[in-house]
Amino acid sequence: MAAKSNLINMAVCLTAVCLVCSALLGGMYALTAEPIAKANAEILKASIGSVLPEGGELSDAMPIEVGGQPSEYYVSKAGDEVKAYAVKSTTVGFGGPLTLMVGVTPDGTVYNTSVLSHTETPGLGAKCSTDERFFSQFKGFDPAGKILSVKKDGGDVDAITASTITSRAYTLAVKNAVEAVKNIKGE
Amino acid sequence: MEFFLIIISAIFVNNIMLAQFLGTCPFLGVSNKVSTATGMSGAVVFVITLATLVTYLINKYLLVVFGLEFLQTIAFILVIAALVQMVEIVLKKISPSLYQALGIFLPLITTNCAVLGVALNVVTKEFTFGGGAAHMLNLGESVVYAFATALGYGMALILFAGLREHLELNDVPETFKGVPIALVTCGILAMAFMGFSGMV
Amino acid sequence: MSNRKFDIFAKGFFKENPTFVLLLGMCPTLATTTSAINGLSMGLATLFVLVLSNIVISAIAPLVPDKVHIPVYIVVIATFVTILQFAMQAYTPDMYKTLGLFIPLIVVNCIVLGRAEAFASKNGIVDSALDGLGIGFGFTMSLTILGMVREILGSGSIFGWKFISGDGLLVFVMAPGAFLAMGYLMVLFNRIAKKN
Repeated sequence: MAAKSNLINMAVCLTAVCLVCSALLGGMYALTAEPIAKANAEILKASIGSVLPEGGELSDAMPIEVGGQPSEYYVSKAGDEVKAYAVKSTTVGFGGPLTLMVGVTPDGTVYNTSVLSHTETPGLGAKCSTDERFFSQFKGFDPAGKILSVKKDGGDVDAITASTITSRAYTLAVKNAVEAVKNIKGE
Repeated sequence: MEFFLIIISAIFVNNIMLAQFLGTCPFLGVSNKVSTATGMSGAVVFVITLATLVTYLINKYLLVVFGLEFLQTIAFILVIAALVQMVEIVLKKISPSLYQALGIFLPLITTNCAVLGVALNVVTKEFTFGGGAAHMLNLGESVVYAFATALGYGMALILFAGLREHLELNDVPETFKGVPIALVTCGILAMAFMGFSGMV
Repeated sequence: MSNRKFDIFAKGFFKENPTFVLLLGMCPTLATTTSAINGLSMGLATLFVLVLSNIVISAIAPLVPDKVHIPVYIVVIATFVTILQFAMQAYTPDMYKTLGLFIPLIVVNCIVLGRAEAFASKNGIVDSALDGLGIGFGFTMSLTILGMVREILGSGSIFGWKFISGDGLLVFVMAPGAFLAMGYLMVLFNRIAKKN
């Protein structure tokens, strides 16, 4: 059964346990730091890859302002010719921040989009990352010919049923990204 | 304005209990009577606000400075446990009447995951209020958020206790008696709270 | 396996099922069971912490002074939870994102501390490990069942395999559905228990 308590053995025991545990965690942290960084980098790379055309060499992250907020973008180049831009774009959805990676070609057409992170309701807004009928609308979307907003607001995007706020946020994120690319080219 | 949005959001829209399920065990445990529910609510508001203040400072000025963020969980839970003990001792000394009212609930609070949940949320999550940009909360916002969240928890608890007191008097089928009917009631209460969603 | 050892292992599934009978660990039970696979993952994460903390606590219990045993147990549990957190971030980042806050909150899951206090501190290492496994698998089973029910009703799919087109009864994947599904499952459990 448990040892009798006195001030010394209580202090010694607690200190020892805390030290051992902290050391263990420190070791585990050092051990997993690299795989964690790698896993995160891979997710980012996969999402960039999915929104850009095949081939081309990818640049490092560069700072940019998207929708009035600091964000970052990547350029894919074949030789000297720019093939497409991948822009990270964050807006506010129903449950919180909604972050997309948006691929835009130099002529201003959306190449493809992909959700980096969201906090939308499962089964409703969360469909923005799973419902093909919704996100495939943005594939090849040409803002010159069509309007980038949901049909309720007079645009050409079909919203997810019962998730207008999420759909609006998604559409706005794409729109901000397209605008941001215009500015890049203007420079 | 921002504070107002935080308060509305934390109490109604993202009610910690009915929308995020934090603190369910004590919620079912102490909601038999309105009087105990009120006592528990008082203790929760007190401890969550204080714990968030302390853990926020510890995180910012100790863990982050020394690059020890990986100790967050372990440090926070120890701080909360110690804090609850301290509050108990201090209350006993300075305000026996308050201690009488809240005392028996204090030991239960260490394992109320709402306390650790709010403390961790505040230092790890980005928040958005009223269409503003997503950002980490500063000290003032954190404390207001914690206080409002705890108020929301207390409100849900007291409301629910009121409903359960009435349930006692009703003829409930044998297999539904006790917790099952309480859960179903809670589901309906959560549905009512869904009416607030999308407001902020 | 002797009969007593088997009993220690098996009681977690029905007789002392942590979810439906003991009503412990309700927060993760309700919050993470939006689909069967999420429920299963959360159950297995808890199982991991439960078994390891039970083993370590039963080993160190005789050395720990009585008055500080709770803080010591909490530190041990928190350590395993954080280890799990790192491992999940590194190797299953998607699942970590889905379960989110509820991974660190395993620390305050009353099941884990409850077993440490009620069983591991008084029993040997092998028994404690079996107890952890039994209760852990019982918990996993309950979470998977609840997740399955909510997924079938809410999204019309099972383990991600969709069998209806369109939506299910969406309310079941949202907060109120968790309470309703849990309430009715508990009624079912009570009925079965009464018949036996």
